[in-house]
Amino acid sequence: MKSEFTPPIGKISNINGQCISLIGNDIDTDRIIPARFLKCVNFDSLGQSVFEDDRKTLKGRHPFDLEENKNSSILIVNSNFGCGSSREHAPQALIRWGIKAIIGESFADIFYSNCIAIGIPCFTLPKKSIEEIQNYCDNKFLFLEIDLKKSFAKSKDLNLNLEIKESSRKMFLSGEWDATSTLLDNEKLIENKFNQLPYIKFHSHYS
Amino acid sequence: MSQDTLFDKVWDLHKVSSLPGGSDQIFIGLHLIHEVTSPQAFGALKDKKLKVKFPDRTVATVDHIVPTDNQSRPFKDNLAEQMIETLEKNCLEHKIRFFNIGSGNQGIVHVVAPELGLTQPGMTIACGDSHTSTHGAFGSIAFGIGTSQVRDVLATQTLAMNKLKVRQIWCDNKLSKGVYAKDLVLHIINKLGVKAGVGFAYEFAGPAIHELSMEERMTICNMSIEGGARCGYINPDEKTFSYIKNKLYAPKNEHWDRALRWWESLKSDENSIYDDVIKLDASKVEPTVTWGITPGQSISINQQIPLLDDLSPNDKLVAEEAYEYMSFKPGQLIKDTPIDVCFIGSCTNGRISDLRVAAKVLKGKKVSKNVKAFAVPGSEKVATEAKQEGLDQIFKDSGFQWREPGCSMCLAMNSDKLIGNQVSASSSNRNFKGRQGSPSGRTLLMSPAMVAAAAINGKVSDVREFIN
Repeated sequence: MKSEFTPPIGKISNINGQCISLIGNDIDTDRIIPARFLKCVNFDSLGQSVFEDDRKTLKGRHPFDLEENKNSSILIVNSNFGCGSSREHAPQALIRWGIKAIIGESFADIFYSNCIAIGIPCFTLPKKSIEEIQNYCDNKFLFLEIDLKKSFAKSKDLNLNLEIKESSRKMFLSGEWDATSTLLDNEKLIENKFNQLPYIKFHSHYS
Repeated sequence: MSQDTLFDKVWDLHKVSSLPGGSDQIFIGLHLIHEVTSPQAFGALKDKKLKVKFPDRTVATVDHIVPTDNQSRPFKDNLAEQMIETLEKNCLEHKIRFFNIGSGNQGIVHVVAPELGLTQPGMTIACGDSHTSTHGAFGSIAFGIGTSQVRDVLATQTLAMNKLKVRQIWCDNKLSKGVYAKDLVLHIINKLGVKAGVGFAYEFAGPAIHELSMEERMTICNMSIEGGARCGYINPDEKTFSYIKNKLYAPKNEHWDRALRWWESLKSDENSIYDDVIKLDASKVEPTVTWGITPGQSISINQQIPLLDDLSPNDKLVAEEAYEYMSFKPGQLIKDTPIDVCFIGSCTNGRISDLRVAAKVLKGKKVSKNVKAFAVPGSEKVATEAKQEGLDQIFKDSGFQWREPGCSMCLAMNSDKLIGNQVSASSSNRNFKGRQGSPSGRTLLMSPAMVAAAAINGKVSDVREFIN
């Protein structure tokens, strides 16, 4: 858990950091941040509670508790990571712990959108490559340099062709991944759409 | 790419623009909010000095954190009280309609919006809750969003989204007696897997789906997300329209006639193109129970917990984790597993028809003395209706606790929690590790009728032995 958290802003094109490997398929957002921590009106204190119950169960042996991972910022996961609840508290807890990018076999849809919305690029790689990275992390420190422009990551020993949705990649490179202002640029079109939709006029309480 | 499905039609109708990155800007017709995922979104609006663009298109209620035993204010839990106060303040400030406790219309957001007639065919509906897919039962395109997207909808009434692919899940024949929508959807998730729906909207169709009531259809669409599909829907029909008619916010008089004409035109074309089609025989589905830690790990009541060798390589990792967490042995029967807690409620199965079917099983019987059982109606309306029908009395006479409406032990944000490694038979939607409030608590998902049967016997039972 890093002391100071500043949310990412603007263009994101390069992420360099140490990898932390978390093995398991279908790791849900309840596990990333148990529901009792959702009783808050801001996200500030979530970082310390990330994976709270899994960490307690493993009594210090959870990857997020290991001394050698404490400066890691690139999370390596398996398939369907972040399934279940739509709670943005899950990526908010990860980013506050220090995660800046995630590489995995696959991500749940809502979790993926939430990551993109707060500035955590999520990349995919085939199962075999993920396992290779996870095996590597078992034995050695892995520092990756991710280049979003080329969708490429490299280290001393590994070269990886990462996959990322083109729309997400473009958003990060242009710095327009904070969607609100992009959406508001089309204010006139939004109002036109509102006026065209048939059901807007049906509602008794809207008229 | 899909063509001429209901999903395509509703998507195209709501498309505002193509965004530079390649995603679409989609207008959201109905935005539902609750206390857990909205405060930070309102905070962000304030930081950005933005207003709520169309306050009339957002409706709020309070559900996740409300206590179900004593709802008098202030709540005993200070954090819960702070959350409801924040929602009250935000709704007042931004002129958003709020169904608070005691209004007669409060309840779980996915129970409330349909029963008020807010959920209608052809709409896009978003809510900061993954079970928003529920509303797809009415032929709307509904999906869960995170808090940053809640902010976007409040500020712009639109979202940036990539269009989903469409998979039709065609269900032939009809469900047998003692087999319910919950069993069917658990069966579907088991067959397809918990991540098959990533990137897809699910269209549920076929004779077995057509046969279902609106509340059963909501149960099916509700759990689309457990199969990975952010959105699930059913083409609207006569049942849909008659469910909506005369609801508080249903179109009235000449508006109704116009709405009906439009709704009748809303369905997937006969020769529409899907990205994928799956067919299954609903008559083969049996009462289904989960044994593991994902909603996909389920078996029929008379089956054994699968052996590791019977599973695909992809499923083995989670299965091993599940055996250990659940303390089940491969090959063990699920039937007769002792139960400590029974929970009937949630946005999946907390509606009046769910309570009726459970009450029918419970009538004249007693809950096993080893079981703590409670029923939590999905909304104030459901609670009132249940009382009018005397269902609350049947539950209480059997030994169930009868509680006030809320999400309750589906996710245990209030004081309704499992203790230690208790085993619960639950009509909710998720059996994740720790989901019901205890980091070692164990959840078996099943239909409300099966929960009632388990409550009586104190162990997992076949509800078909209770009904004629």
